[in-house]
Amino acid sequence: MIVEFILLVLKAAIPAGTPLLFGTLGEVTAERSGVLNLGVEGMMIVGAVTAFGVTYTTGNIWLGLAAAALAGSLLALVHAFASITLRVNQVVSGLALTMLGLGVSGLVGKRFIGMPPRTRLAPLALPGLSDLPVIGPLFFRYDPMVYLAIILALVLWFMMYKTRWGITLRSVGESPATADALGVPVFQVRYLAVLFGGLMAGLGGAYLSVVYTTAWIEGMTAGAGWIVIALTIFAMWDPVRAMLGAYLFGGVRVLQYRLQPLGISPNLLNMLPFIFTILVLMLSTGEVIRRRVGAPAALMQPYTREER
Amino acid sequence: MNNWPHFRLEKRLTVPPWLEFLTLAVSLLLALVAIAVLFRVLGVNPIVAYQRIFRGAFGSLYGLTETIVKAIPLMMCGIGLSLAFRARVYNIGAEGQLLVGAICATGLALSRPGWPSWALRPAMFLVGFIGGALWALIPALLKVRFRVDETLSSLMMVYIASELVNYLVYGPWKGAKEMGFPYTDKFSPSAQLPRLLNTRIHYPTLILALVLAVLAYVLIQRTKWGFEIRVTGENPEAARYAGMNYFKTVLLVMLLSGGMAGLAGVGEVAGIHYRLRYPQGISPGYGFTAIIVTWLARLNPLLVIISALLLGGLLVGGDAIQVALGLPVATIYIFNGVILLFVLGSDLFTHYKIRLEWRRER
Repeated sequence: MIVEFILLVLKAAIPAGTPLLFGTLGEVTAERSGVLNLGVEGMMIVGAVTAFGVTYTTGNIWLGLAAAALAGSLLALVHAFASITLRVNQVVSGLALTMLGLGVSGLVGKRFIGMPPRTRLAPLALPGLSDLPVIGPLFFRYDPMVYLAIILALVLWFMMYKTRWGITLRSVGESPATADALGVPVFQVRYLAVLFGGLMAGLGGAYLSVVYTTAWIEGMTAGAGWIVIALTIFAMWDPVRAMLGAYLFGGVRVLQYRLQPLGISPNLLNMLPFIFTILVLMLSTGEVIRRRVGAPAALMQPYTREER
Repeated sequence: MNNWPHFRLEKRLTVPPWLEFLTLAVSLLLALVAIAVLFRVLGVNPIVAYQRIFRGAFGSLYGLTETIVKAIPLMMCGIGLSLAFRARVYNIGAEGQLLVGAICATGLALSRPGWPSWALRPAMFLVGFIGGALWALIPALLKVRFRVDETLSSLMMVYIASELVNYLVYGPWKGAKEMGFPYTDKFSPSAQLPRLLNTRIHYPTLILALVLAVLAYVLIQRTKWGFEIRVTGENPEAARYAGMNYFKTVLLVMLLSGGMAGLAGVGEVAGIHYRLRYPQGISPGYGFTAIIVTWLARLNPLLVIISALLLGGLLVGGDAIQVALGLPVATIYIFNGVILLFVLGSDLFTHYKIRLEWRRER
């Protein structure tokens, strides 16, 4: 009975954590280049509405996902221009991006409220693995986006730590002046990293509206973008640890629904992810300091050649 | 290689006030143009929308008084935030602190309905201030004790406060006479703030906000604490070197900004609604809009009064286009976001001279 409950929570935690994983992988990349983007919530919600709208209009879910990725990076471009070229305060610029995203999604999404989904993403049974007893049907029959997120996390980890590309990215976030002196195009790297962050946040939002919930609800990200920012710290800017964090929070989200029948007020249960975020921040910030795997050294510092 | 156009930035040593004003005005204007373009793209006629907003906010006596009504909480939150942002402490949780202020005032109003108004009203403001300050104390302590980034933690506290209000108005505090609505019972008359004539301007809160703006200005410009706040924000290394207590400054600005946001919440329940309602019913994001108010005012508490009126007008105008053009509530966030981006961007043009040069690339 209890084992069954745990298995069910675990099974549901992975899709519930997938939008967070997409977002976190993007934010990890952006922050690795030295740019903090607090606009994840805004980029996710714009991704969500774009994906739903395009899927609803064209009947093609993949087109919807692609459009969401594009919309997310378009919004990220605003933050990139403001923080990299105009060198504005990154905290406030990210906040502005979130407001903009919430506004645009509300305006665009009004006509899609209450619309039924036209298509769904069929689960993908992994050949061989899905036939395993007990765990096969539980863990190897998710939708393709779940696997895509996992593959992306692994690929990103490999690229970040094992390739030249990764050294370039990290050097820009740690010491842009040195990177520049060595011929690394600092501005281009940062732009690309922030755009990739937007792309991933867009996909994360899209996953919510066309795969997980299959509906457009105004404000449906409900703080997921902010949890992503916290997860980035929890992950210590490591894509593989991001997986752990995202699924952990997916589990919290699932528990929130599973505990409702016990008679606990849903409003109090809704606080859970946020209380948990604060706790995680408390623990992981200490861990980050103790293990000295701090944030990228040049995080939030605009780079300029003139003021070296 | 060819010649490339290249922007070179030179930092200005002093910024003349006219320049600051000019860049601000131009950036606001450009923001409005950008929003118009965005509206066009999203299928809303921008000219009609702007007309409705302007007429709604400033075109009638009712609109003007409503602009002041909405400016009150914006001022209250903005004044506190200007102190926090000066110290570069990013309390972005004013919305939650506002809600907790409203909860505390409601708790007192409902439990002591018989108190005379001269005692109950000030006591409500007092508990509201304390409530908001304590809500802000949590991220402040997390910052000084565990070095947790206050941006995130203060924001998480908004979501928690919002669910707390929901819990109360759907649960234990749900009014017996409210026909199933998520409201508490109405406050007794002694807990209701007086209003100016037949407007909704609850003037005690307005006067309190104006007084606090002056006090905050004096605090920041003329006192030792204010000096420490400014130095901490401008040059934390120098502040530490000069023996200033960073933790004390963080706690101080968090408590003050949280407390003032709490006062804004008291004003809303005691001056407008006379009851606690669901969170969006109490505040359409005043705590977030106050961030823009503060930035627009260049973190100057006195200028917050003016920028609060401006954005208060925008909120009233936002209500008007909602009704007239059938746009969703969230539309107003487009204004918030774009204006904030442009005001931020204008900083560069205030503080730097920009020269276009043609430089030969190696």
